[in-house]
Amino acid sequence: MTTRIERHHYDVVVIGAGGAGLRAAIEARLAGKRTAIISKSLFGKAHTVMAEGGAAAAMGNVNPRDNWQVHFRDTMRGGKFLNNYRMAELHAKEAPQRIWELETYGALFDRTKDGKISQRNFGGHEYPRLAHVGDRTGLELIRTLQQKIVSLQQEDKKQHGDYEARIKVFAETTITDLLLDGDRIAGAFGYYRESGEFVLFEAPAVVLATGGVGRSYKVTSNSWEYTGDGHALALRAGATLINMEFLQFHPTGMVWPPSVKGILVTESVRGDGGVLRNSEGKRFMFDYVPDVFRKQYAETEEEADRWYTDPDNNRRPPELLPRDEVARAINAEVKAGRGSPAGGVYLDVASRLSAEEIKRRLPSMYHQFKELADVDITKQPMEVGPTCHYVMGGVEVDPDTTAAAGHVQGLFAAGEVSGGMHGSNRLGGNSLSDLLVFGKRAGEHAAAYADSVGRRPKVSTADVEAAVERALAPLERKGGESPYRLQQDLQTVMGDLVGIIRRRSELEDALVRLAELRDRVNRVSVTGGRRYNPGWHLALDLRNMLLVSECTARAALEREESRGGHTREDFPTMSPKWRTVNLVCSLDGEKVRLEHKPLPKMRPELMMLFDRAELAKYLTDEELAEFDALTAEAHAEEAAK
Amino acid sequence: MGNQDAPAKAGTIRHFRIWRGDESGGELTDYQVEVNEGEVVLDVIHRLQATQAPDLACRWNCKAGKCGSCSMEINGMPRLGCMTRMSTFDENETVTITPLRTFPIIRDLVTDVSFNYEKARETPAFAPPPDLAPGEYRMQQVDVERSQEFRKCIECFLCQNTCHVVRDHEENKPAFSGPRFFIRAAELDMHPLDTRTDRKEYAQASQGLGYCNITKCCTEVCPEHIKITDNAIIPMKERVVDRRYDPLVWLGSRIFRRGQDGAGQSPRDPDQLGVAHSHAGASHEPGAETDAERGLHWGRQVPQPQAPAVDSRGRLPISEFAFDRPAAPSPFGDDVTFPMPAKDLNYAHPEQQD
Repeated sequence: MTTRIERHHYDVVVIGAGGAGLRAAIEARLAGKRTAIISKSLFGKAHTVMAEGGAAAAMGNVNPRDNWQVHFRDTMRGGKFLNNYRMAELHAKEAPQRIWELETYGALFDRTKDGKISQRNFGGHEYPRLAHVGDRTGLELIRTLQQKIVSLQQEDKKQHGDYEARIKVFAETTITDLLLDGDRIAGAFGYYRESGEFVLFEAPAVVLATGGVGRSYKVTSNSWEYTGDGHALALRAGATLINMEFLQFHPTGMVWPPSVKGILVTESVRGDGGVLRNSEGKRFMFDYVPDVFRKQYAETEEEADRWYTDPDNNRRPPELLPRDEVARAINAEVKAGRGSPAGGVYLDVASRLSAEEIKRRLPSMYHQFKELADVDITKQPMEVGPTCHYVMGGVEVDPDTTAAAGHVQGLFAAGEVSGGMHGSNRLGGNSLSDLLVFGKRAGEHAAAYADSVGRRPKVSTADVEAAVERALAPLERKGGESPYRLQQDLQTVMGDLVGIIRRRSELEDALVRLAELRDRVNRVSVTGGRRYNPGWHLALDLRNMLLVSECTARAALEREESRGGHTREDFPTMSPKWRTVNLVCSLDGEKVRLEHKPLPKMRPELMMLFDRAELAKYLTDEELAEFDALTAEAHAEEAAK
Repeated sequence: MGNQDAPAKAGTIRHFRIWRGDESGGELTDYQVEVNEGEVVLDVIHRLQATQAPDLACRWNCKAGKCGSCSMEINGMPRLGCMTRMSTFDENETVTITPLRTFPIIRDLVTDVSFNYEKARETPAFAPPPDLAPGEYRMQQVDVERSQEFRKCIECFLCQNTCHVVRDHEENKPAFSGPRFFIRAAELDMHPLDTRTDRKEYAQASQGLGYCNITKCCTEVCPEHIKITDNAIIPMKERVVDRRYDPLVWLGSRIFRRGQDGAGQSPRDPDQLGVAHSHAGASHEPGAETDAERGLHWGRQVPQPQAPAVDSRGRLPISEFAFDRPAAPSPFGDDVTFPMPAKDLNYAHPEQQD
């Protein structure tokens, strides 16, 4: 049976054609390697296009005081010090170069008056730092990288007479298995979505750039492709995942109408006077102000309303509490049965501002909802709830080479599928720069690795046959459940029990239900043939979604604190003890194993970029003592001079 | 505020007709499907997949009008499924969904759009200035804005699908790149730092710009509201015409010798795929033959023949050893062949007046 499978030989196979994947492929090709790009969708449709804000890079074009140290500091702060410091350091140092490079590929960013790349302010960044193109920066990035690949193909055509001599895009192709030779990557197996035919790539080096896991959630801003393929492929190949408990939820995503479900409602709606109400019409946020914030937030509606015009003499309205607090409050109202029919709460700006005012202050929101959903936000309230946006966790990698940790060789990961860079929470703008910086590194090191392997690893026939069998199983089984039904049930479990606010009992319940789902997914069956059959595709994706969801649930149950993208109602504060620990998932047969692993220790000169008062919020007493010793040493050295 | 504003959610059953089949044939299949308030066509397709038709093939990604995947024809109009609200149809209206007609069917609503990726590959890439290092690029906002409009393109290929030059005209596909790649050429032409100077000529000579007769259908269907015709195609056509037919430019090219103005490249540079490649003054316009048969009115401007081919010093080569082709160059320029095509003669046959 395997004789009929189409085979390709490459030096580097890049799985994923978003920003990270394309950047990695460019680098591998520039290093002279024969490179394949595998894309689940058409070339250029990647989820990267959804990024609106911009790409963070300390170029200092708008504020010359900005530099990599400040960017590094902001990134560590945003991730609540759980980031891999070396990744954050490399990211901050290399991001400007990666952005400038894009201009040589033809990118056209918005400009400053003196003709440089303009940079905008964004939450968590000390200086204006985000290179942008209006609100479609992600699209510009994808298009630029896509066009650079085309230009490399044109060079190859000139030189070798064939566009695809050294770099080829396999569009609408899904990889279902990585194939190993011992501990070494030997290739990747998958199918063409269009024809349903199987395809085998033999290559010593594979770069994972498959993005996130959001499709396991009911309400998400992610596309169908985000099924955690790379996470699952890595686990099954013997690599490890870290920080899987950290998912970024945005508190106000649309939950109704269905056409805009999951789409973000910008925070400025609340900043400009929008208020949250439950089904009883009550402005409930006043009941959810935590003690630590009590002094800064208004206690009455009157005072809160005065703040919009006179912020100096009044306290802020509680709608402007940090994201996790707002999300927690919305969650609590819905669970108490005071939610809207679609399972959110009402965000009302219509009754607060005049129609003209709304259109003037929130033009893109007004147009987005008018065009996509025929919702007039000047006339009716929006129905909002937390939406799953980004996964901080992912493949544990070596910061410099992006090589996957664990016992597999030849596997690299970059972009959202890799973990560590963003710690427990990602800053806006850091994802686009992340995928450029580490995409390049992944391509470079995958190419170097392909050079260094002596004898090429061999794909075993038995592995290919097993992969074929696994892929065909849902088509051959009869009478099982529909994959759509199973996905819906998985989304319900993850959304309700492993969502934005977590509790021990619910997480334990989730693990039980995930185990049940696993049995049901093993029996899933689909109708129709192999040609472009979305039911079959989903059935195969479910296996990955389920595995990754289990990692998230297990890690969330284990981490008994609240930090960034992980909030435990039963452990509501950050614990310095837990900051020193990464939770590492690996696969032992079919079982997910969870281990504690100490965080790598930040180098002294990086540590010294922070002041003590700030570090005191995050570090343990022992770590603080070390920091004090370092400062004393530095002072002594200075005195000696 | 509150409950009384909550939208009524009882779904209504609506009639959909969706084309099902593959390259060997297919037919419109009827579905009765629940539609809820606030949904778009793509939501309904997803419901069909989850209930009655699990293997209904349809592309989609972002569901927010940003990726350009869910292109289809809805009641005959090329549209994005995620941007077509159900509320735009009448209560009892049947919604008919068919795949893009211009591209070969793969299955159901999924078509083979590789035509577009081939054309993308044939369009010369951005040519960066060799003397600028990364980080040294300086451009003014007003100058980048013109290209930025075209870079909004989400590659949904609705413009390619609707363009009557290739819609139902398979034979035009090899020579015609389509609106998507005219705006790509325009974008690079207007890019402040692109170093290629022959984008327009290339569009005319190799992308089939001349086939376009400005019916503006592409602009009409563009979900990003890019003014494809007004801002890209017409300016490109006008400027191409300027260079090709303007008598002053023509005179200038006689005096300064072709290919030696501006770019300073040798006219035989294979990259210089400009007017130098048009033969005999005959255009690649479609219908040229029929026009010629019908006869043409006096006084119209015909393309002027160009100067003879010259060597790198701008002179006629003395011997064929020093030249890039056998035999002597034509003194009329090698873009003129004899006999002249009828189209290029200002002659109207008395019997064939329109």
